[in-house]
Amino acid sequence: MTDKILVDARGLSCPQPVLETKAALESAGQGTVEVLVDTVTSRENVLRLASRMNWKGTWEETGQGGFRLTLEK
Amino acid sequence: MINRFLMSRFGPSLTGAVVGILAPVLVFLGNPGNMGICVACFSRDIAGALGMHRAAVVQYLRPEIAGFILGSFVSALVYREYRPRAGSAPIIRFFLGVFAMVGALIFLGCPWRAYLRLSGGDLNALWGIAGLAAGVGIGIAFLWNGFNLGRSAPTANASGLVMPAFSILLLVLLLLAPQFGRDASGLPTGPIFFSKEGPGSMHAPAFIALGAGLLIGWMAQRSRFCTVGALRDLFMLKDPHLFYGILALLVAAVGTNVALGQFKLGFTGQPVAHTNALWNFLGMLLSGLAFTLAGGCPGRQLIMSGEGDNDAALFVMGLIVGAAVAHNFSFASSAKGPGPFALTAFAVGMIFCLAVGFLNRGRVSA
Repeated sequence: MTDKILVDARGLSCPQPVLETKAALESAGQGTVEVLVDTVTSRENVLRLASRMNWKGTWEETGQGGFRLTLEK
Repeated sequence: MINRFLMSRFGPSLTGAVVGILAPVLVFLGNPGNMGICVACFSRDIAGALGMHRAAVVQYLRPEIAGFILGSFVSALVYREYRPRAGSAPIIRFFLGVFAMVGALIFLGCPWRAYLRLSGGDLNALWGIAGLAAGVGIGIAFLWNGFNLGRSAPTANASGLVMPAFSILLLVLLLLAPQFGRDASGLPTGPIFFSKEGPGSMHAPAFIALGAGLLIGWMAQRSRFCTVGALRDLFMLKDPHLFYGILALLVAAVGTNVALGQFKLGFTGQPVAHTNALWNFLGMLLSGLAFTLAGGCPGRQLIMSGEGDNDAALFVMGLIVGAAVAHNFSFASSAKGPGPFALTAFAVGMIFCLAVGFLNRGRVSA
């Protein structure tokens, strides 16, 4: 069984969503990390970080303009 | 197609290149030297035009600023990124805006203008850029130690219309320039003041300036162009994609300045600049720290205010009030050198920013 880590980065301004995600990815090492964001800017920034750290990222809309990102490695 | 390119990792470079071309062209068409675009100087001119300070040489309702906000607003609407949000330490962000402006007016320019000055050959800008990097570095130290200003939350949809409406109001006032005040001798004066000489009297045709502002506002909204995020992400995350935007700006602006005969290398005799290395450095250090704590350079704050970010809007209002404070309290520099109270301004600003950095820590994430 693998734990899923959730990072709630909604409402945080730059560069907080990226820093929070980076910390989560580093502590997880591998597995699945979910990140909630509420702007397209944060979505792109977090996905760019994930791909630079060799994590695979997908996203879906959660309504009210928010996004749920799923990062896997 | 162009949208996809702007949103790719090359977007900031394209935006930087367009800023680097348009800014010297705006100088050629009438804007002050090495000041084709300057968010700090132009906000200061707006504060002056509204009579908030009476430095008679720097008063004009710069349409570029309105263009940035409106360009970003339209872009955010078109691409469904209009997200009114508020509540991340608004009063702190307001005063970060105030002191960011105080620092910028000690140096005489925002980060955009620091790079534009350098690309016009003004070597004093090197001290400013070094100071900016130092200020960003201090901000990064706070970020590594858990600094944050808390979450914003979605807010009333109409709240995001305030800054676009404010921008349109500025444009209307530029057009009408009402003069229904009367001075002691009964002559018309105010409420709108336009410089008759000095940098405030120098401007490109208003519709061209507005057009450039709209285009840059749209591009910067799509690409997230940010001159402070550029240094921050480069230092903190080793992510250079915003920094390439600055390099593109520099290359394009040097080329355009040379082509237009506006390139003049040296320290002395540079337009709207002074040669005091220490204060060029310290002014931008204060600014860089304030921008980093607020999460972006002043241009970026304007863009975010156009997307509906109420907190960024308050930062922008802080810039305008900060400009009035800087001139009324003799904090601002002039071409002759730093103002008599630069040290006071710097000390108060640094105490505020360091206090903000130390007092706002702790993880917000679950």
